[in-house]
Amino acid sequence: MMKSETYKEAFERAGIPRREFLKFCTYTAALLGIEASGLSKVVHAMETKPRPPVIWLHFQECTCCSESFIRASHPIVADIILDTISLDYTETLQAAAGHQAEKCLQDTMKNYYGKYILLVEGSVPVKDGGIYCTIGGRTALDILNETAEGAAAVIAWGSCASNGCVQSAKPNPTGATPVHKIINKPVINVPGCPPIADVMAAVVTHILIFDKIPELDGQGRPKEFYSRRVHDTCYRRPYYDAGLFVESWDDEKARKGYCLYKMGCRGPVTYNACSVTKWNEGTSYPIQSGHGCLGCSENSFWDNGPFYQHLASFPGFGIETTADDIGTVIGVGALAGVAAHAITTNIRKRKLIKENMEESSEENHKVEGGEE
Amino acid sequence: MNKSTAVYQRVYVWEFPVRLYHWVNGICVAVLIVTGFLIGNPITISYSNEAYQQYWFGTVRFIHFVAAFIFFFNFLVRIYWGFVGNVYARWRNFLPFTGKQIREMKEIIKVDILQTDIKGRISIGHNALAGFIYFLSFLVFLFQAFTGFALYSSMSSSYLPKLFSWVIPLMGGDFAVRQWHHVFMWFFVVFAIIHIYLVFYHDYIEGRGTTSSMIGGWKFERKSDSKKS
Repeated sequence: MMKSETYKEAFERAGIPRREFLKFCTYTAALLGIEASGLSKVVHAMETKPRPPVIWLHFQECTCCSESFIRASHPIVADIILDTISLDYTETLQAAAGHQAEKCLQDTMKNYYGKYILLVEGSVPVKDGGIYCTIGGRTALDILNETAEGAAAVIAWGSCASNGCVQSAKPNPTGATPVHKIINKPVINVPGCPPIADVMAAVVTHILIFDKIPELDGQGRPKEFYSRRVHDTCYRRPYYDAGLFVESWDDEKARKGYCLYKMGCRGPVTYNACSVTKWNEGTSYPIQSGHGCLGCSENSFWDNGPFYQHLASFPGFGIETTADDIGTVIGVGALAGVAAHAITTNIRKRKLIKENMEESSEENHKVEGGEE
Repeated sequence: MNKSTAVYQRVYVWEFPVRLYHWVNGICVAVLIVTGFLIGNPITISYSNEAYQQYWFGTVRFIHFVAAFIFFFNFLVRIYWGFVGNVYARWRNFLPFTGKQIREMKEIIKVDILQTDIKGRISIGHNALAGFIYFLSFLVFLFQAFTGFALYSSMSSSYLPKLFSWVIPLMGGDFAVRQWHHVFMWFFVVFAIIHIYLVFYHDYIEGRGTTSSMIGGWKFERKSDSKKS
């Protein structure tokens, strides 16, 4: 194992000029929402702090998180993790293979116990002893438990690791389980399918700079990036408040760029930074491209379909049946029942009226008779 | 039926706070259902305008939120009144724990569904079945308040909605909370249909002024019955 060098040293070794280094620090600081006066803290951290080794595990996933990550806006952001940082083990990118790779993993866990950062991409199947995902003859469950034990911080990349994503959608045949439900440690969930590259980079650099995990919300997501709804920062929000909605794809309203709420856009129920940070170096995000948000960073978004209607189908009643359909049937049923009841009440009303009238006349008679 | 003593006396059943609660609640629920429907599935009013020219959807949502706040505090008042109000407003009317209440529940089920004649005396306040159903509906009130404020908490910085933000992770995210908030709206629709009908029905078969009692507060009871109770 190489000795832990600082980022600055690593940059210098890679031939990156100081100017680029400072630009990277500035960019990172801005992404983390650090005020300008805090920039020196970032630079200082990058110059003096040893780089922690990183283990990046891949389980039930499609590698879209990794793909997203290498498209971070600032090239150094990806470099710092994938190249400059001591990324000691990652199945998809490491040069080593077979026993050599496994040894690398074991060495890192041993030599940097309690110091390395564990990044997990993908969910972990727990059904049938975890046999649905095995690497090097061992189950994902085993590998995760072992590596998590000595990790300084655990980050769950993407929706698979954070909430199970498509593998854990009903009926979840492999028992796919997110990381935080398996290990007994605080996990930083960075959901999204995939998560935004710059958000991923910022979460890692936050840990590096401040030596602690970022402030998390009730679902373990960093508040910096997941505290606001896509809807609240969406540039189409004014159309929502004005009640101007796209009614069907490619209608005039769609061309005018109205709100996609009625097309099932999940922006109002999705917490992510898409409409602020955007994707691919700030080029665009789904809604800007004319398609509603799928809510890919929210729990069980695959089970909340269909994607193009706002109310999910009601479980047990077929795909197109919503709560409104069921409610309408029950409501009409109640009306019909009440109407039938009213009719039968009317049928027997003669008897009722007769009895009461007799009672009244009897009563009047008695009162007149002075009995009372 | 003891016909010889069918002289009626007036009983002051619903005190003013109970009546006020009832109507404020009814109006709030109606407003919440209509605005909630519009929020869930907005109608197309105009699409020739630019966004800055109108704000109707924002207004609908605003009305929904205001009605929700009134609904919530109105309900809190009713909870309080269940401890300090008259005998008909008390909480024990809503929880059928006594054998008498359970017998009355069975009796009312027979009267309402099988349409048998009333045997014996029905409580002058809430009958046992109605009271229990109102108790269940109070639970739905709470559920709607909790889920509603939870959804509202992400767009509000005020104290009260923030108290409910824990509901979101508990239920697995905004989508699920919104879905259940919507589903339980239908409870109110069905409740309103059956409630209004049964008021008319009981007004008719009991002949004790059930409908008007929620306006004036008075009901009528046979003297013989009131002596028995």
